[in-house]
Amino acid sequence: MIATQTGYPATGLSGAVVLITGALTGIGRATALAFGKEGSRIVVSGRRQQEGFDFAAELQAMGVQAEFIFADVRQEKDIITLIERTVERFGRLDIAVNNAGTEGKIGPVTEQTAENYAATFETNVLGVLLSMKHELLVMKAQGRGSIVNVSSTLGIRGGSGASVYSASKHAVEGLTKSAALEVASLGIRVNAVAPGPIDTGMFDRFAGSPESKERTKAKQPVQRLGRPEEVANVIVYVGSNGAPFLTGQSVVVDGGRSL
Amino acid sequence: MSKTTKSQNGKRELSDSVVLITGALTGIGRATALAFADEGSTVILAGRREEAGRELETELRAKGVEAAFIKTDVRFEKEVESLVDQTVKRFGRIDVAVNNAGVEGTPGPITDQTAESYAETFDTNVLGVVLSLKHEVRVMKAQGHGSIINITSTYGHIGAAGASIYVGSKHAVEGITKSVALELATTGVRVNVVAPGTTDTGMLKRFTGTKENYDGLISTVPMGRVGRPEEIAQAIVFLGSDKSPYLIGASLGVDGGLLA
Repeated sequence: MIATQTGYPATGLSGAVVLITGALTGIGRATALAFGKEGSRIVVSGRRQQEGFDFAAELQAMGVQAEFIFADVRQEKDIITLIERTVERFGRLDIAVNNAGTEGKIGPVTEQTAENYAATFETNVLGVLLSMKHELLVMKAQGRGSIVNVSSTLGIRGGSGASVYSASKHAVEGLTKSAALEVASLGIRVNAVAPGPIDTGMFDRFAGSPESKERTKAKQPVQRLGRPEEVANVIVYVGSNGAPFLTGQSVVVDGGRSL
Repeated sequence: MSKTTKSQNGKRELSDSVVLITGALTGIGRATALAFADEGSTVILAGRREEAGRELETELRAKGVEAAFIKTDVRFEKEVESLVDQTVKRFGRIDVAVNNAGVEGTPGPITDQTAESYAETFDTNVLGVVLSLKHEVRVMKAQGHGSIINITSTYGHIGAAGASIYVGSKHAVEGITKSVALELATTGVRVNVVAPGTTDTGMLKRFTGTKENYDGLISTVPMGRVGRPEEIAQAIVFLGSDKSPYLIGASLGVDGGLLA
C-alpha cells in the first residue's frame, strides 16, 4: 500500500498501468478518459480494430501513454494475448476494469432461447471469469493489483424483460465476491461497480425507443439518466490505491434506482 | 486523493467547501476532519468534549484551513439546530455533512439488554442522525446542493451475536439514508452511507473488550488486518466530492472484504 506522509492512502494513479475491456464506447470509453486525466498508462481493449486504434490515438494526443489491443473476451486465447501484451508493453498490470458486456436480446422469458442465453453469458460472465483469471495470475505474481468488474443495478435487482441480462449481472456480482475472498490476503482487491440507467448506446438499445427511454428517465428518482463520466469517476476511485480497505463490494451508481 | 479540481459543469471544489462533521474528535471522525482539511476544506467539528474540540480546531488551523469547534450533543434537537445555524451564520452554507457521531452502547446478549441500554444507543446512533439530517437538509435544500454521508457499520448489513442493539441502530441508519436519499433525489442534495468494518479506533477496542476478542474479530477479516481510520476517511471524502452526482442512497462498505 502506498501512503502519503500524512498516513492517508494516495491514489497511485499517476503511471499506473490500467487495462479496460469494452473500452471503445460508453462507460468503458469514459473510464479510459478518466484514468488518462489521472496520468495512468492505459490499454484499451475491444473488438473493433479501427475504432480501437482511433481511440488510442485520441488518448495519445492528450499526452496519455495508451495502446489498443484487440480482444474478444469470450475467447481465452485472446485474453491470454491481451494480458501478455499489456505486461510486455508496460511491465505490469495495476488496475483492470472488466467492462466488456452485452445487453443480449431483451424480451420476456418465454421468448428467450439457449442461443441468446449463451450469447449474453459468454460475454458478460465467461468474459469476466477469463479476464479475472489471467489478470489475477499477473497480479498474484506482483503481490498487488485491483480489479473492478462492471456489473449493473440489474445485478442486484430483477428487471421485467431482462431476465437473461439480469441473471448474467447477478453472476458477475457472485464472481466478484468470491474472487475478492480468494485474493484478499494477497493485497489484491476485487470490487464491482453497478451502474443504473446510464446514457449510452447500450441503454438506447436496451430501451428500444425514445418513448421507452423517456419513461425510464421519469421513473428515476433523480429524473435523469446518469452520464458515463459519473460511473467512470467511481471506477477510478474504487480501482485506485485511495481505497485500500475496499474489497468484495458492489458500489451502486444509479441515481437511487435500486432504493 | 488528489485535490478535486473544478469539473466541467462548474461544481464546487472540496477546497472551497464547508464541511460539517459530528463525532469529529476521535477515530474515524477525526481522520475525516484531517482528510478534508488536507483538501483545503473549511471544517466544522462537532463533539461533546470542549477541550479536545479546541485542540483539534487548533491542529486544523495549523494546516492553514478554517476550522471551528462547536460543542454539540446530537441527542438534543436544540443543540443540532444551533450547530447548523451557527455554521451557516459563520461560513455561509454547508456543502458536505458527515453524520459520524455514534456509540457502541453496552454490548451483550439480548437477555441482558434494557430499555435504558436501547435508548442509550439509539438516541445517539439513530435519533442523532435523524435530527442532524433534518437540519442539514433544511439548509441544503435551500442552497440547492449538498452531500451528506452517514456513517454506519458492517453491522448495518449483517448481524453479530452480542451486538443486537448496536446492529439494530446501524440497520436503522441504512434505512433512513435510503428514504431520505429518495426524498431529496431531485433537489441536488445527495445522501449516502459509508459502512466501515473493523477499524482501528477506541470504539473497536471498547467493543471487543479483550485482546483475545479483538484478535478474534480481526481474524475474520478477509484482508487479514484491521482498517485504518484514514482509509475510511478517504471513502467519505470521495462521496463528499462532486465526482459522482449520480451516486445517491448507496452504502459503501469499507471493510477489507467482510461483506463479500
